[in-house]
Amino acid sequence: MIRIENISKRFRKLQVLDNITASFEKEQVVSLIGPNGSGKTTLIKCMLGMVKPDSGKILVNGQLINGHPSYREQIGYMPQIGRYPDNMKVGQLFRMLQNIRNIPDEKTDRDLFQQFELEKIAGKPMRTLSGGTRQKVSATLAFFFNPALLILDEPTAGLDPLASEILKAKILAEKKKGKLILITSHILSDIDELTTHIMYLQEGKMQFFKNMETLQEETGELRLGKAIARIMKGEKFTSEWIDKMLEVKDNERIY
Amino acid sequence: MHSQLIILLLALSLAAPARTIRVYPGALKKTIALSQNGDTLLFKPGVYKEGTVTITKSITLIGEPGAVLDGENKYEILILSGYHITIKNLQFQNAGYSALNDFAAIKIIDALSLLLEGNQILNSYFAVHVSNSSYVTIRNNKITGKPKTEQLTGNGIHLWKCNNALIESNHVQGHRDGIYFEFVTSSVIRNNLSEKNIRYGLHFMFSNNDQYRQNIFRNNGAGVAVMYSKKVTMVQNHFELNWGPTAYGILLKDISDSYIGHNTFFKNTVAIHLEGTSRMNIEKNIFRSNGWAVKIQASCEDNNFYHNNFTGNSFDVATNGTMVLNKFDNNYWDKYEGYDISKDGIGDVPYHPVSLYSMIVEENPYTLMLFRSFTMQLLDKAEKAIPGITPENLADNKPIMKPLKL
Amino acid sequence: MMKLSKYVLYDIVRSKIILAYTLFLLIVSVSMFQMEENSSKAMLSLLNIVLIVLPLVSLVFTTIHYYNSYEFIELMSSQPMSRTRILMSEYAGVSISLLSAFLAGVGLPVMLFAADATGYALLFTGICLTLVFTSIAFLASVIARDKARGIGLALLLWFYFALIYDGLVLLILFSFSDYPLEKLTLLLSALNPVDLGRIFIMLKMDVSTLMGYTGALYKDFFGSNTGILFTAGIMLVWIIVPFWLAVRKFKRKDL
Repeated sequence: MIRIENISKRFRKLQVLDNITASFEKEQVVSLIGPNGSGKTTLIKCMLGMVKPDSGKILVNGQLINGHPSYREQIGYMPQIGRYPDNMKVGQLFRMLQNIRNIPDEKTDRDLFQQFELEKIAGKPMRTLSGGTRQKVSATLAFFFNPALLILDEPTAGLDPLASEILKAKILAEKKKGKLILITSHILSDIDELTTHIMYLQEGKMQFFKNMETLQEETGELRLGKAIARIMKGEKFTSEWIDKMLEVKDNERIY
Repeated sequence: MHSQLIILLLALSLAAPARTIRVYPGALKKTIALSQNGDTLLFKPGVYKEGTVTITKSITLIGEPGAVLDGENKYEILILSGYHITIKNLQFQNAGYSALNDFAAIKIIDALSLLLEGNQILNSYFAVHVSNSSYVTIRNNKITGKPKTEQLTGNGIHLWKCNNALIESNHVQGHRDGIYFEFVTSSVIRNNLSEKNIRYGLHFMFSNNDQYRQNIFRNNGAGVAVMYSKKVTMVQNHFELNWGPTAYGILLKDISDSYIGHNTFFKNTVAIHLEGTSRMNIEKNIFRSNGWAVKIQASCEDNNFYHNNFTGNSFDVATNGTMVLNKFDNNYWDKYEGYDISKDGIGDVPYHPVSLYSMIVEENPYTLMLFRSFTMQLLDKAEKAIPGITPENLADNKPIMKPLKL
Repeated sequence: MMKLSKYVLYDIVRSKIILAYTLFLLIVSVSMFQMEENSSKAMLSLLNIVLIVLPLVSLVFTTIHYYNSYEFIELMSSQPMSRTRILMSEYAGVSISLLSAFLAGVGLPVMLFAADATGYALLFTGICLTLVFTSIAFLASVIARDKARGIGLALLLWFYFALIYDGLVLLILFSFSDYPLEKLTLLLSALNPVDLGRIFIMLKMDVSTLMGYTGALYKDFFGSNTGILFTAGIMLVWIIVPFWLAVRKFKRKDL
């Protein structure tokens, strides 16, 4: 569904993406993981056409993305930090995007809209919303137009556990419908139960891209976090990040 | 002596009974030959193509409507010389052109007490050409030339070496100079309209003790020029719409001891340009919407500008020197930004009518493309605050707060 | 495109700055006409407003607006919408609001008090300058990396067009005063939209001066229909070229 071929991107002196090649198909839930500044968000933005790679190709359904913007009709995007026009009201935002995409009411996906109870805040201007609520809006928007491909940048970062569960359930449901879902995350616990593939980025390089079965076979671990830790140690990665991540996970498991 | 001559003439005309003789086309020269002093020749309608006709007898020529004297673009039409000749209500057309002589529709030489009234003169080289004559009256004539180049077009009313002339209520257009005076003294130009002439509406040289009043000079190539003269009175005239790089409401050159009052200057490139001019009183004039109201060269001295209204001019006063020997007092300037705390109707701080930018333009006319530019306005303000280049004592020390009723 | 412009416009109107700008223009214009005994003197003061304030406000307002709607632009660029369309919608929204402010604040009083050739020339120039400087501001915003630099660049540009340029012209005219400069002055006036607008109005206002001294050239060029076409043509170039450059740059920009 998406093919990335030899993508490189450099911001001044920093090589953000270094010759990345990958291919994602439908019914996959791909976790893009890596430390801060490893290039996850840049890679996503490349797929969205918001960042122009210096070299390489991106194809969505066999079509190069440089030309017409219509391929984005198939993409739902939830940004890491949702920023919206201050004066716009929540309801307005949905209406505007619906208007721009020209999609009739009956074809919209209002599951999250209802589950997050956005109706109650439809009249509120965006600037008055808290970070979490804003994330709910972002998530809802991503699924709103029933796209075949979902790109979620740190989806659970600001969400409370309840909302987080709602979102996870939604992701699972969409996966079952045969959609491709790309997720970036720090916190493995939130996604490991959904993930089918893992792509690990560090300093702009793709370290590995494997499916869960292979990973588990190779490491013999059932749980993703440890699986990664093992594989990283096996390949002599001494990144502190992995330990830190595991730490977070263990803490969370206390409750 | 003149008056004695007139009495003599009157006596002569009384001696022979005055007759009225009809004139028909083709018989003009013969009829004149038969006429005597005091006769009146009545021109019947028709076109008279009879070459150049010379009149030396004291007779009166009157045209009936439709009587036209045609010079066929070859001849001068009338040459008048003598006393007491009157030409009335005739139409003259197509007088000839000569590169050597000043051919005219009506030429007057060495004459005394002549009257040209109610004639129409079309398409001539010179229309009326008067030289060495006294007491000539030119009244209510309509003179229309066909403007070609300056060389191929003569003057409308041309006077050379004359005195006591009266030029009144004529309408002159399309000539080189509308009215031309050279060595003309003690004469009056009154209530004429001179417009659309190639060069000057009025051209005035070496002529002293004259006055012109209540005339309108409009849209002439170069406006009005008054040069090398003394004791000229110019009052209640209108100088309008004289546009061009060398067009002036009045160009004053080497004039002294004269008076310019109660005139209106409207939409001229330069309303008054003074050069080598001294001891002039310029009072109670209206300067409205001109490019420059006054351009005064450093060669001028002892000129007084009192009680004038300056409104809507792009530049009020421009000068090329720093020495100031002229006075500007009690004028109304619409650009004056001072105040009148003492409430006596006179501004409490002097007005400096010369701006820095006007001096820049004097130096380099192309800078006019920066006219009213914000940068130039700032320069002007800075110069007003700390004068360095503009003549500081060229100032109206008693500017009036409200426009004078003129 | 109008769909999107509608939302841009809505956002601008909500911010009230445009309303304040309109009121400012209206108060200044009306009080000029009330204070001065003849309308031509009021027109002279309005001339300064049109030549100085209009470009300044257009530049600064547009730049601030661009950076304030960066989120909106970001959001839009993740939607099926081309970059060109996004920027054009922004341009339409900003210029429509600035033009409405000008027409209500200056146009209305001029129509009431001085509806003559000079008045129309003033309005024509005001409309052109608003569009030109909105266009230039978009270019500056797209080039500059952040808001502070963007506003700085906008102010610098205003300084150049409103003040410095004329100083340079003065310098050039005096340096080459021995040569015939007629054609050069024409060229110089075309290289600055503020000067072009000023000369265009001037030829309606101070005809006797300019007709007189600059002779046939200005008369032929600006006094006739050719002049109106020339002015409109050059203004159009000044509107289109900076904006076209802005779009080109914006298309390649990473958001």
